[in-house]
Amino acid sequence: MDNPKPKVAFYWCASCGGCEEAIVDLGQDILKVVEAVDIVYWPVALDFKKKDLEAMPDGSIAAAFINGGIRMSEQEEMAHLVRRKSQMVIAFGACAHLGGIPGLANFWDKSTIFRTVYHTTASTVNPEGTEPQRETTLDGHVLTLPEFWDSVLPLDAVIDVDYYLPGCAPNKDLILQAVTAILEGKLPAKGAVLAPNKSCCDDCARNKTKPEKILIQKVKRPHEVNLDPETCFLTQGVICMGPATRGGCGERCIEGNMPCRGCMGPTDQVHDQGAKFLSAFASLIDADDEGQVERVLGSIADPAGTFYRFSLPSSILKKKRMEAIR
Amino acid sequence: MSPENFEPRLVGFLCNWCSYTGADLAGTSRMAYAPNLRVIRVMCTGRVDPQFVLKAFQAGADGVLISGCHPGDCHYKEGNSKALRRHRLLSRVLGQFGIEPERFRLEWVSASEGQKFQQVCNDFTERLRKLGPLNLNGARGGSRG
Repeated sequence: MDNPKPKVAFYWCASCGGCEEAIVDLGQDILKVVEAVDIVYWPVALDFKKKDLEAMPDGSIAAAFINGGIRMSEQEEMAHLVRRKSQMVIAFGACAHLGGIPGLANFWDKSTIFRTVYHTTASTVNPEGTEPQRETTLDGHVLTLPEFWDSVLPLDAVIDVDYYLPGCAPNKDLILQAVTAILEGKLPAKGAVLAPNKSCCDDCARNKTKPEKILIQKVKRPHEVNLDPETCFLTQGVICMGPATRGGCGERCIEGNMPCRGCMGPTDQVHDQGAKFLSAFASLIDADDEGQVERVLGSIADPAGTFYRFSLPSSILKKKRMEAIR
Repeated sequence: MSPENFEPRLVGFLCNWCSYTGADLAGTSRMAYAPNLRVIRVMCTGRVDPQFVLKAFQAGADGVLISGCHPGDCHYKEGNSKALRRHRLLSRVLGQFGIEPERFRLEWVSASEGQKFQQVCNDFTERLRKLGPLNLNGARGGSRG
């Protein structure tokens, strides 16, 4: 065979581009990867078109890394196409894994999002009330756009996913470990998250500053307080998702003196990261009677948005109740 | 479904030491009450993981009740206090998900309060009958997802 190197593809859906950046950020190490594999599809960096992908035999790609959640019909269609051409699909990054930040839009639906974006925001000038249409005829040509779904879905809601690389974006070590494991065929059982199955607190350097019992009297947001660079954030009354979040991220946020926001998702034992954090956090509130409880909890600005910052589309409830939106 | 025919499906997490025994007392005392509550016995209300509550709603419950020992009476000292804090926080989160706070209720029922258990069951059932079905899965109209 002329080219025995395994074929690899990258694709992006509803994402910010940070995951692509994470691959470029491998720096010199990317050369090792490029040496070992043949990149056959990567729209953001290389000039391949959809028809090139369609022309490849089914199952001819050894591994495809897809980042981003599923927001529109086109992304779902492409995810199916990449899946058909690939032996293995890895959900790359928090959005493909859990829905991610774009998934917070699941507190609204298509019509409320369109109303805000195309009509009611102060910066919108749209006197004709134009909204994106699936099909428009212009000078005799029919133009089409993908359909915007009512909610964001994680990748595994539309295609079969073999592995998950968590994080926003996944850190360099996890990416290299995953690539090495794929090349050496030393992967865990299908469906695994390719990161340690322990909480972020487990590795946290601030863990030793945590008192026997944390008692929170007022919940503060990071900008409201001068954060001590060595003390556990929860001890300082700041919401840190560490207890309910998978570790292995390299703790870049913690080192930058910012609390964990939960991008790595839950550990294997947990179904719903937000609910699990809520459970842990409520038990740290220093209040026993109702008035006190309400007072402390009242200082949390947006509990659902904070606890489900990255995981709303993959949570138990997945989205806001439709009846309540309308 | 017309409101008259609507029978709310309720899930109740009752603690072993107070409320489950209270429910038992209501039964052995032959008190009649609405049959809508499906009871799940847990050792303590502090054992009720918020995931259980979300799962109940997702699986079709119209309302969820957590019932335990009165404040100060917890068999494990502070399980009911943690349940109180979780209940208040989860109620706020449920509100953000469009689920009315009336659907998620916390009550203190002691082992000797069979009558209170009867009253809580009847009252919760009646309130939810008026509120109507949750329709969490049924009413998810609109396009894909």
